[in-house]
Amino acid sequence: MPSKSLKSLIKSSAWVNIGARFIALIIVFLFFAIFVEDGKFYTLRNLENIVRQSSVYSTAALGMTFVIITAGIDLSVGSIIALAVVLVAWTLNIQIDGASGEIVYLVHQYPFLTPLLACLFAILGATLVGLLNGALIVRLKIVPFIVTLGSMGIIRGLAKGIAGERDIYPPEETWIDGLMDPTLTNKAKSWMLLPAGVWILILCIALSSFILKYTRFGRHVYAVGSNEETARLCGVPVGRTKLFVYGLTGFFCALAGFMQFSYIGGVGQPTTGIMYELFVIAAVIIGGASFSGGEGSILGTIVGALIITILYMGGQQMGWPKWVQEMVIGGIIILAVAVDRYRHRRMA
Amino acid sequence: MRGIRKRFGATLALKSVNLSVGAGEVMALVGENGAGKSTLMKVLSGAHSSDGGSLYLDGMEYNPTNPQHARESGVAMIYQELSLVPHLSVMENILLGIEPSRYGLVQWKAMKSKSIEALSAVGIEQVDPELPVNQLSIGQQQLVEIARAVALDCRALVLDEPTSSLAAKDIERLFKLVRRLSSKGISVIYISHFLEEVKSISDRYTVLRDGESVGDGATLEASEAEIIALMVGRDVSELYPRSDHLSSDTVLEVRNLAGFEKPRLASLQLNRGEVLGIAGLVGAGRTELLDTLFGLEPVTSGEVRIGSYSGVADPALRWSQKVGMVSENRKMQGLALGLSVADNITLPNLAGLGPGRLVFPSQQIAASNRWIEEIPIKCQSTQQSVGDLSGGNQQKVAIARLLHADVDILLLDEPTRGIDVGSKAQIYKLIDLLAIGDAYREPKAILIVSSYLPELLGTCDRIAVMSRGYLSEARPVSDWDEHQLMAAAIGQEQ
Repeated sequence: MPSKSLKSLIKSSAWVNIGARFIALIIVFLFFAIFVEDGKFYTLRNLENIVRQSSVYSTAALGMTFVIITAGIDLSVGSIIALAVVLVAWTLNIQIDGASGEIVYLVHQYPFLTPLLACLFAILGATLVGLLNGALIVRLKIVPFIVTLGSMGIIRGLAKGIAGERDIYPPEETWIDGLMDPTLTNKAKSWMLLPAGVWILILCIALSSFILKYTRFGRHVYAVGSNEETARLCGVPVGRTKLFVYGLTGFFCALAGFMQFSYIGGVGQPTTGIMYELFVIAAVIIGGASFSGGEGSILGTIVGALIITILYMGGQQMGWPKWVQEMVIGGIIILAVAVDRYRHRRMA
Repeated sequence: MRGIRKRFGATLALKSVNLSVGAGEVMALVGENGAGKSTLMKVLSGAHSSDGGSLYLDGMEYNPTNPQHARESGVAMIYQELSLVPHLSVMENILLGIEPSRYGLVQWKAMKSKSIEALSAVGIEQVDPELPVNQLSIGQQQLVEIARAVALDCRALVLDEPTSSLAAKDIERLFKLVRRLSSKGISVIYISHFLEEVKSISDRYTVLRDGESVGDGATLEASEAEIIALMVGRDVSELYPRSDHLSSDTVLEVRNLAGFEKPRLASLQLNRGEVLGIAGLVGAGRTELLDTLFGLEPVTSGEVRIGSYSGVADPALRWSQKVGMVSENRKMQGLALGLSVADNITLPNLAGLGPGRLVFPSQQIAASNRWIEEIPIKCQSTQQSVGDLSGGNQQKVAIARLLHADVDILLLDEPTRGIDVGSKAQIYKLIDLLAIGDAYREPKAILIVSSYLPELLGTCDRIAVMSRGYLSEARPVSDWDEHQLMAAAIGQEQ
């Protein structure tokens, strides 16, 4: 059966899958490159902006890719990002008794160590709430949609509570503020080629691709999502795998939170990242993951995040009103999934 | 049906099929898996369109474009997997899509009376039409599905493997109903793997092989051996190879085991180098026994001893004790259909496929290739999705998993359910080889649960029977025949 072998080659080849998405990315990019006036869209500066802007979504979407491959969902990522942002600002705002009895900011006393402590708190806090999501899903056997719908509110509330329901302005700029600084226009940082946050993202992409493909945990993630019963039969620690996956999402949301903190100008805004869960989920789905689990890839997700960011920024630069932008992005999500379903049916 | 062709891409699923059924006749359609039975029936029921040939219904040309059209023309299908809507009531299921209504409002009274009519036509008038379908037994659900066909006033009824999930009593009831329907002039096409059933229910048979009809005739005049020879295109006189097995030390000991509902009381000893069979009816608790042994279900009393360990267990622990299991339901539980052959084979034992906790795809592929050649499994490559393979090859993947994990104890639940004769023969041979062992491999201990008695009698050294949750003592296979096994299964003392 010669055609069968060709079909299965196409179907099994992850590269064809990713390739189709790259083509979609290029088409979307070309569209704006042609129609945005004066070629402003493909200037280096704009390209850098696209990468900077997509970094927050991409980083959070790494964790979401793991979650969706296990046939789960995490609606609380926007809230976890806000929690991380608030925890960073809160730590930078800690005051202590100074040497001569007066009250000073910790960050003034230890200008390098305090931001590190801030990041540590944010990572611990975000990972912990992620693990709690996982624990509730595994222990109480409630579907992920419901658990994270609830925790989306709980974590957002927690962030607002810690911030005292207002924005926290740290007394001093630190290196966290500079994570997402552009490197093209900034002579002092041009040796880095890309903003530090983008380098962090690239590192995380490599790491999570490696974990998914080359570790036992990664293979377990696919097995749990493809058929949980089979995974259990084969002795895969199903509960622990799910727990880790949600914890990992929390961790990546903390990193996304640092980027967001820098991006919005170093303010501890508890209302930041609202609706991000939708962009993040859309990136993963456009990237080729299936809600029914067992499918998805990190590279696909990154392409998905770039497509969404380009649509968003391109729309802005074309002067589309916000309502048009929202409708276009919504339509693209449905289109992407529809094309995927069609492809699957043809292959079957 | 004359000269039906169906092409999928370059694959010719049906080459040339001729088939005819008279009014009131029961025609058995037999053939190995992949012979094209399902495709043919999908053409008949309008799910696929044919690429050539013609269909006639009552002498008129018949070209169903979709299942709805086929149903309106009076052709109804009962699939292997039930297609009822579990949360809706019996009557809503029976009249689904043809609800009596006026101005878009459902006429509940007419609905009830019509469904009662249909239910009594299939002989289950005692079932409350307002009960949700999911509260009925599987056998009753199937009858509800046939009632749905009756309510349609169908002229041709297609039953696809209708008995695969039924107990003996329900099968008998189904056969009576089929005869009743055919006496009313309804044509029945009966698809089955079980030749015993074909012999007892059908008037005529047609054999399908590789998309062609290769033979037909009156069932009474054909022997089972003739039909099998037509199905496989060769003689399978030696379906069950049996060598002398040398049973040695006990590797698994079960003492007075009970689970939540089933098993109620089970004791057995499984020795290295032997094949032990467990017979019994569907629902007797055989699957639950294996699940309990394997740590998928909790032990409530009694003990399972493997080596020196008899404590609480989960599947991960069992794999580490060199115990592996093949599930009876390969689609729901046994295999991750979306994942590759290599992933499925290596899943329980990813250790050793890379340093530390790493897994290298190249080593996964190498490990899988060994079993693909040795068993052998027919697939394009180790990267092909298991869902694309035929039932027989899927089952061989499930068994290869145990070999990859190098288990000593194999728990096989219905290892040949719904697979073709050729694959069955390969699996029987493999079981025999594993029980003998060779220079590189110690003999294994194998526990088989099966509803197919010839298979148990053909492969096992000892057989125990499970009835209503109780497991009988295992006796040598020479002490049993089919009648005695059946009698024990339905709980008759001998």
